[in-house]
Amino acid sequence: MQEIRASFFIECEELLEALQDALQMMEGGEADDETINVAFRAVHSIKGGAGAFGLDDLVAFAHSFETTMDEMRAGRLEAEAETIALFFQCGDLLSDLVRVARDGGDIDDAVRSNLLSQLEELAGQDGQAAEEEVVDFQPMGISLDLPAIDGLPDLEADSAAVTEATETEANALRHVEIRFSPEPELYRSGNEPLFLLRALAGLGESTVCCTREALPDLEEYDGTANVMAWQIELHTNADDDAIRDVFDFVDGLCSLTITEVGPDDPGGSGDEVTAAPLPVDAEPEASLPAEPVPEPIRPQMSEDTVTQAAERPADTQRSKPGATVRVDLDRIDRMVNLVGELVINQSMLAQSVDASGLSGNTKIASGLDEFQQLTRDIQDSVMLIRAQPVKSLFQRMARIVREASSDVGKTVRLKTEGEGTEIDKTVIERLSDPLTHMIRNAVDHGLETPDDRVAAGKPEEGIVSLRASHRSGRVIIEVADNGGGINRPKVRQIATDKGLISPDQDLSDTEIDNLLFLPGFSTASEVSNLSGRGVGMDVVKNAISALGGRITITSTPGEGTTFSISLPLTLAVLDGMVVRVGSETLVVPLSAISETLSLQKEDARALGPQTQVVRVRDTFVPLINLGTELGYSPPRESYEGAIVLLISHEDGQRAALVVDGIEDQRQVVIKGLQDSYGHVPGVAAATILGDGQIALILDPADLLMNASGQSRPHQLARTG
Amino acid sequence: MAGITETTEKLQDFDEVELLSFRVGESEYSVDIMSVREIRGWTRATSLPHAPAYVRGVINLRGAVLPVIDLALRLGLDVEEPNDRNVIIVVDIDGRTVGLRVDAVSDILSFPRTQLHTPPEMTADQGNTFIEALTILEGRMIRILDLPAVVPSAQEVAA
Repeated sequence: MQEIRASFFIECEELLEALQDALQMMEGGEADDETINVAFRAVHSIKGGAGAFGLDDLVAFAHSFETTMDEMRAGRLEAEAETIALFFQCGDLLSDLVRVARDGGDIDDAVRSNLLSQLEELAGQDGQAAEEEVVDFQPMGISLDLPAIDGLPDLEADSAAVTEATETEANALRHVEIRFSPEPELYRSGNEPLFLLRALAGLGESTVCCTREALPDLEEYDGTANVMAWQIELHTNADDDAIRDVFDFVDGLCSLTITEVGPDDPGGSGDEVTAAPLPVDAEPEASLPAEPVPEPIRPQMSEDTVTQAAERPADTQRSKPGATVRVDLDRIDRMVNLVGELVINQSMLAQSVDASGLSGNTKIASGLDEFQQLTRDIQDSVMLIRAQPVKSLFQRMARIVREASSDVGKTVRLKTEGEGTEIDKTVIERLSDPLTHMIRNAVDHGLETPDDRVAAGKPEEGIVSLRASHRSGRVIIEVADNGGGINRPKVRQIATDKGLISPDQDLSDTEIDNLLFLPGFSTASEVSNLSGRGVGMDVVKNAISALGGRITITSTPGEGTTFSISLPLTLAVLDGMVVRVGSETLVVPLSAISETLSLQKEDARALGPQTQVVRVRDTFVPLINLGTELGYSPPRESYEGAIVLLISHEDGQRAALVVDGIEDQRQVVIKGLQDSYGHVPGVAAATILGDGQIALILDPADLLMNASGQSRPHQLARTG
Repeated sequence: MAGITETTEKLQDFDEVELLSFRVGESEYSVDIMSVREIRGWTRATSLPHAPAYVRGVINLRGAVLPVIDLALRLGLDVEEPNDRNVIIVVDIDGRTVGLRVDAVSDILSFPRTQLHTPPEMTADQGNTFIEALTILEGRMIRILDLPAVVPSAQEVAA
């Protein structure tokens, strides 16, 4: 039961996502007839599932929502901007209700009743039908289903059926055509079609007709094969669910289709089961037939109702985007860990083969190569399992923008780009809070008030953009607003007032911008409802760096502010260059290295008393002695012949890292230091090398940010 | 059920404490044996940049990264360079696993909890002495380490 419940909630999330998609299309004016159907079906399916679990609140609200949407579907309601905005709010409340149903908590009743009355107003504009449905809806959907839940294993099909039940219960007497054709197993398991037909007759007036098309000539007759099927015309006030209940015990042993013949119901259901995807309510009815072909669960979940999609037979006319399986995340994590161990093992093996002098043997060498290739492939595939598009995250942000903008009375539009960008699932989850905070900040602090915007000659509507992209082995997520930019004098003033900096400190623009990340800094002069609850950007920064990411600000006065977050693609492996510094072995991410050099005598030049630069072609790059920076060895007297890794950072910053030797280039498994020890400046993580020793993985960008640049042995100053 | 829990609690009050005692320099210290996960020989640790001096670095504990704290340095005692006879006691502290380098493990002690004494407050040892309790056993003074105080918190490290 718990499992089914859990899968219902997973389903709900997908459905809510589909709803958001559809609403966004409608908002963007790209809606066609199908769009509203998709939205409608999503809400409808949630309602159906919720009914099965007795989630009355959810059912009630979903119903009102759906009723109003139905008006639009029927063409009686125009898709005006206000209506769509209302639908968005309803979608938000619906997802709140789902959340409350899952995790407990409270719903703001004022918001709900307000939305409900708006919905009713819209629905009621045209005809009473919807109203009536609201009235006589409640008693059915829930009570009907409970017995089925308690006793019967095939609950999921039931919850699908409820969808149907709740939809059609408004009609008094329905004319239903049922096609029932048993499989041989049905007879083998001792079931008797006659009893089923009798039970069916108990539901209403039925006309049973045996179809004999499949009946062969007597000489070809095989006693064990199934040749009989029945066509039942039923006039009943029972809903499909009740009808299906009759066949519950033979579920999977027969093929069953229930087709609504009439009379018409306002929902427009009653289409043929096998009809093209357009028909609206027919899909859930397809839940019983027993062909063994699994149907894919689709990410959009536009038609499918509940999780049984995977077991359901394929509707041959639908296109299939490839089958999917839901897997417990723990299992994937275990696999990721195991593969990590495998990679370490592989490199240990390679190292010991090397050490034993066997690498000259071509067979062993090529076998090892193949092994390495395979491990790599496995690793990549496993990582792909964990990757997910950021779309769901962005959709949540759309809601934050809506709520935040209405709270502060600004008109804000969210533009998203790169929703298909895939990131590790854990990263996505852990990005949610920091992003929420940043989006709120952008709306609250970033964008000016409408009056100010107009005065500055900008359109009244502010734009917050959210972009995701892959760049040089990392994921970049940008949160940008087109507001007034960071008010640097004010930031400086506040930092001075709070004692974070001294008044006469000389700060560059970037340094001032970065003051925002200091703990205890909050620019809002008053604590507003939205942001500025005492948690500031420092929390965001910590969350991002806990993920191995970095956050940077760029701001242009009058044009806006952009926060960009750069994150590692996966949290598990990395291509790195293994280098020796002093007595330690370190790994430098390959993605950061643009070239390696061996310094000539005149390449390194003094810049200040303790700092030097390296001439690389026509530019000068700061020289950083890794040994000194990390406290492993004192600065060198001379850099002639020194080996240098040229590092270039996304923002164009470059540096030359001096190392004592390059050992290897290989894929390493990332082992976090955060959990066991904490953050080490300049170090991203650790890994285990072939000899079992731990090597630290450098974070070049962090290193550059904190580097002292001291590379000449004048005095020993502690690096910071 | 409630009755059983109560009895267990009472038992703990009067029960024996079991300690693992070990030598750091010339002094004898001990930790609650329940917090000890394993004892292993010294292996060279990979040193961490910008870490406090008493953090020797990290070692590979069957695929996990284990920070190692040099107890002698942490307790402000005379330090010898680590050698092969040293051991690392792997302890669990509030869900974190940390290695403690000590000179040698000496004994497993058990005595009634009532014999534990709170250490007197002395101002000459600046700051924390990292000692939770004291006891005398066969004429020896046994110091019981305040483990959470010994291990730097993640915030402390990041700062």
